[in-house]
Amino acid sequence: MSAKTWIPTPARPAPANTVGFVGWARENLFATKLDSALTLVCAALIIYLLDVVFGWAIVDASFSGEDRNACLKQVQGACWPFIDAKLGQFIYGRYPEMERWRVDWVFALGLIGLVPLLMPKVGFKRANVIFMLGFYPLFAFFMLTGGRFGLAPVDTSDWGGLLVTLVVAVTGIVGSLPLGILLALGRRSELPIVRALCVGFIEIFRGVPLITVLFMASVMLPLFLPDGVNFDKLMRCLIGVALFASAYMAEVVRGGLQAIPKGQYEAAAALGLGYWKTTRLIILPQALKLVIPGIVNTFIGLFKDTTLVLIVGLFDLLGIVQLHFTDSTWATPETHITGYAFAAFVFWVFCFAMSRYSIFMEKHLSTDPNQ
Amino acid sequence: MTDPVIRISDMNKWFGTFHVLRDINLQVAAGEKIVICGPSGSGKSTLIRCLNRLEQHQEGIIEVEGVSLDGSSKNLESIRSNVGMVFQQFNLFPHMSVLENCTLAPIWVKQKTKQEAEALARQFLERVRIPDQADKYPGQLSGGQQQRVAIARALCMNPDIMLFDEPTSALDPEMIKEVLDVMVELAEDGMTMLCVTHEMGFARQVADRVIFMDEGEIVEENEPEAFFSNPQNERTKMFLSQVLSH
Ligand SMILES: Nc1ncnc2c1ncn2[C@@H]1O[C@H](COP(=O)(O)OP(=O)(O)O)[C@@H](O)[C@H]1O
Ligand SMILES: [Mg+2]
Repeated sequence: MSAKTWIPTPARPAPANTVGFVGWARENLFATKLDSALTLVCAALIIYLLDVVFGWAIVDASFSGEDRNACLKQVQGACWPFIDAKLGQFIYGRYPEMERWRVDWVFALGLIGLVPLLMPKVGFKRANVIFMLGFYPLFAFFMLTGGRFGLAPVDTSDWGGLLVTLVVAVTGIVGSLPLGILLALGRRSELPIVRALCVGFIEIFRGVPLITVLFMASVMLPLFLPDGVNFDKLMRCLIGVALFASAYMAEVVRGGLQAIPKGQYEAAAALGLGYWKTTRLIILPQALKLVIPGIVNTFIGLFKDTTLVLIVGLFDLLGIVQLHFTDSTWATPETHITGYAFAAFVFWVFCFAMSRYSIFMEKHLSTDPNQ
Repeated sequence: MTDPVIRISDMNKWFGTFHVLRDINLQVAAGEKIVICGPSGSGKSTLIRCLNRLEQHQEGIIEVEGVSLDGSSKNLESIRSNVGMVFQQFNLFPHMSVLENCTLAPIWVKQKTKQEAEALARQFLERVRIPDQADKYPGQLSGGQQQRVAIARALCMNPDIMLFDEPTSALDPEMIKEVLDVMVELAEDGMTMLCVTHEMGFARQVADRVIFMDEGEIVEENEPEAFFSNPQNERTKMFLSQVLSH
């Protein structure tokens, strides 16, 4: 009896027109007549838009000059010298020029603390968190306000621009996440009073516009405080923004909590873990991971909402850019649009970075091989 | 009989107005293996979940190792760390590796150091025959492997009593055996076990007593041989003919 020996058929290379760039383009761009038409229309649109933007921002733009005369060409694009001349104002507001190094230090130290914190591979997370949540806020507070350690006091009404935007946004972000988590947990609590308080808080803050909250914080709050007690307008706005954002955050987090199967609670209970340990070790890590997109979405919304502090007399980045439109030295037809484009770009950079980071984190935290 | 480790007397439980457990009386001696069977909805899960108070009973007494389940949180803590439970749906923590699943409770409930807990976990993972999966996540394992991790996770607390709620019902047929083998070994090592299961082969092999429940009552209990060959109650006969016919 002779068994047949099986020899595997040798592999052949795939047809040339299905691999490489040509193959990719055939499959993705020109698979059908409709696909081809769409590809061409979109390509034309992209080229047209790039041409317009490129023409305005580079080709027809002015790049240097001391005043409006630099930006009065026949065909005038962006007026970049305006941004250049005002950049200090846009970043620091009316923070005294002599003292701006203090802001730089706060920015720099923030960056130094934040970058390793955001990179999962870098160790020392506990020390890093303590640094960022314990030391850094105190450092930033004393550096920025001054009046101690031989630093000249700088009133918060002189703060402005990107500084205010970042202070409001970062405080809002850092404050709203823990507060939102507590509110979400409270809303699911078995204690009726805790639940009622949390529901009341969330629904009230979600039910009014941020502008109202800011107005209340800056105009009405002092009425409730005893005479002589008065605290800073910026501080009041920070609290208002953080509370407002925490109400949204609470609902996002609650969505995550609801998605955790009952079995997880039961398994934790059966192992002898109590409420807080279960929440911290089992429930929140899973719930928060599920709602990273929603959390970051709230952060992004909050970041852009900081522009509303303008209405209570604080000048964030956008506010200060607009303020400088009235400067007659730079009165040209392109000043507005250049300023807005600049502000939009700065906001976009921050928000886009948050969005990309959120996608990165989602992938990094995924333990499900089927995703 | 020595002092029972579990003593349930005249226990009743309601879900709202629904009387789910009726006059339950049951004593389990140390090292005894009990298999509980009965039709779906008869209250088997509820009964064993009362033993570690995942459900609360309203009437009667449940004592586990002499400690009464009466709502005092100190008693509850001590009982839960001495009673392990394995669920039908495994309920592993998906965001933690297999090893972390097993070390979590020893570290956070029993205050063991990480090294101690990991050594213990590896020992039990060895015992359930998956020592090489320690660093994987539950989502990367087969159902049978996940259930064995769940058993190891419970064993890491060094429980005196193990509760199983249909541990093989969510498994593909070819994986049932690997889980049952682990359970048989555990039984041979003298663990006190209460298993809700319809694996009659397993019941025959390890059970000291089989309990049949219906409509929230213990209808019949007997040694496995007598239970299967000579059921006393009509209801039991009918149930057995259904379960054993396929
Ligand atoms: N949390 C609950 N609330 C209300 N009814 C429940 C609850 N859990 C179980 N039941 C009911 O109690 C009965 C017994 O359930 P269970 O103990 O899970 O049965 P078994 O495990 O024997 O299938 C069923 O009728 C079920 O619908
Ligand atoms: Mg059940």
